[in-house]
Amino acid sequence: MNQLQKAIAKAHRNDRTAKILITACGVCMALVPILIGLFLFYRGTDTFTLFHHSLTEFLFSGEWNPGDTAEGGGKVGAAMFITGSLAVCLLSLILTLPFSMAAAIFMTEIATPKARRLLQPAIELFTGIPSVVYGFVGLTVLIPFLKSIFPMPFSFSLLAAGIVLAIMIFPTITTMSADALAAVPKSWREASYGLGATRWETIAHVVIPAAKGGIATGIILGLARAMGEALAVAMVIGQMKVFPKSLFLPASTLTTAISADMGGAMEGGEYNAGLWTMALLLFLLSFAFIFLIHYINDLSTLKGEKK
Amino acid sequence: MNDSHFAAKKRLDSIMTALFRFGAYFAVVLLIAFVGYVMGEGCRYLTGDMLSFSEKGLGNQFFNTLYLVFLSLIFSAIGGIPAGVYLAEYAHKGHLVKWVRMAVETLSSLPSIVVGLFGYLVFIVMTHSEWNMLAGALTVSILMLPLLTSVTEDALRTLPESYRLSSYGLGASKWQTVLHVLLPAAFPRIMTGLIMAAGRGFGEAAALMFTAGMSTDIHWDDWDLSSPSCPLNPLRPSETLTLHIWALRTEALEANANEQAAACSAILMILVVSFSLIARYMSYRIDKKMGGN
Repeated sequence: MNQLQKAIAKAHRNDRTAKILITACGVCMALVPILIGLFLFYRGTDTFTLFHHSLTEFLFSGEWNPGDTAEGGGKVGAAMFITGSLAVCLLSLILTLPFSMAAAIFMTEIATPKARRLLQPAIELFTGIPSVVYGFVGLTVLIPFLKSIFPMPFSFSLLAAGIVLAIMIFPTITTMSADALAAVPKSWREASYGLGATRWETIAHVVIPAAKGGIATGIILGLARAMGEALAVAMVIGQMKVFPKSLFLPASTLTTAISADMGGAMEGGEYNAGLWTMALLLFLLSFAFIFLIHYINDLSTLKGEKK
Repeated sequence: MNDSHFAAKKRLDSIMTALFRFGAYFAVVLLIAFVGYVMGEGCRYLTGDMLSFSEKGLGNQFFNTLYLVFLSLIFSAIGGIPAGVYLAEYAHKGHLVKWVRMAVETLSSLPSIVVGLFGYLVFIVMTHSEWNMLAGALTVSILMLPLLTSVTEDALRTLPESYRLSSYGLGASKWQTVLHVLLPAAFPRIMTGLIMAAGRGFGEAAALMFTAGMSTDIHWDDWDLSSPSCPLNPLRPSETLTLHIWALRTEALEANANEQAAACSAILMILVVSFSLIARYMSYRIDKKMGGN
């Protein structure tokens, strides 16, 4: 074999090896979330199989008193953490939505293109700011401020957590919504103006309905972020293991319970198992959010294609 | 009647415009105040003492943060870049690709505390080890994987088809094309992705709580890699800046906890914002260059 043939044979060999290795990397990538799911499932189902609690008890009972031993025998009702998470998420969404929508509409419909080019990157910058920094500012500024206006028995409260989360998810929802609004064809707006509509009428009846799939995706992404946020919430919510009864009282969420107690709970104990079940629930919730986004995208692309 | 109808329409229009303007301005002012507060408060305490590599200073945590992000970038580049190459160049349309894409999307939306627990289970509990930096870096690299994969895929997809065709025309194999033509051409964009990933890595905390540990003990004259206090030993507990804020604000063992937390926040903010500005500037330059062709 001469040198050229050798080189060609080598190139072919390398080509085949590279193909196998790269495909393997792709497959490994796909295995990571499955592995995460499997491990969480393996640990999270201990509550039900090893300690014989029912799913209804876990989801709907408010009695959280698991034994920190391998024998178990306590109560594993995570309802107050679940309602705490839901309450904080909804609160932050309600607080942030008017401002996100106003900012997104302002950027795409009212501000000059130059102002938009400046505003959007500036808002996107905020998605990267570490959550502990939000928590720190919440702790040092927001909590004393809230305490000075509202009569609160403790300084920590559900409201503070809601506001911190609202500020955290504002950039996500705003940029996604602005992208969705900007993607609406200009001719649709011009057609609306041509029919004599004012800018507000155009926004309300043409632009927002056309962009609602993208806006909904942004809202769900924001909710997912709020649901999974741990430390910023834990710093301001007070972590009291009670149902969220009032805006001005401390509460707990799934993530704060995990971050507070996982380090101290005995490995293999009932307490530990209960926390893993909560982690499994968080995993399943974020999965549900993705399916929801896909569902909405499918709906809105179908409509878009019909035009 | 018509006149008043138009007047009402116009009035509503200007009221709504004013409302949107107010909402947007309010939000922007709030965000600026937020940054201003963190920077102002932090810079007040950023003294030489605070930046020192001692018990009282933040030097060790700062070093841990950089080292941990550096390690996790290496791990996620090893996994994520080939996965992106697979999606862009090797994958055929089919179930496998759909599956990989779904995985990328799932990973990018998993709460970091869930990934942190997975890391804790696999890298700490199952290996029977103490909290260490390697476990933290591996966990953070899982969080960076989806970003790097999709950036690599996009970078390769935006390359003109003629690059591939001319390489094949010269007799190159697919792998030679990928390695010698496509990856070098896509390198600036992939680099941008790495910088973005680093920016996110700096801010990671929940994933590190149960993996990297909440303490740090570095002796700067100890360069024996196997010793637990050697700065470069990745198998030592390593508290990062984010974890330090968390520990300070929840445990507050130190007298100057508030000052330290403020300084940490400012350093983190500077790191994150400057990395994301660099990434932005780079992709702006690339787009300009590509658009100019």
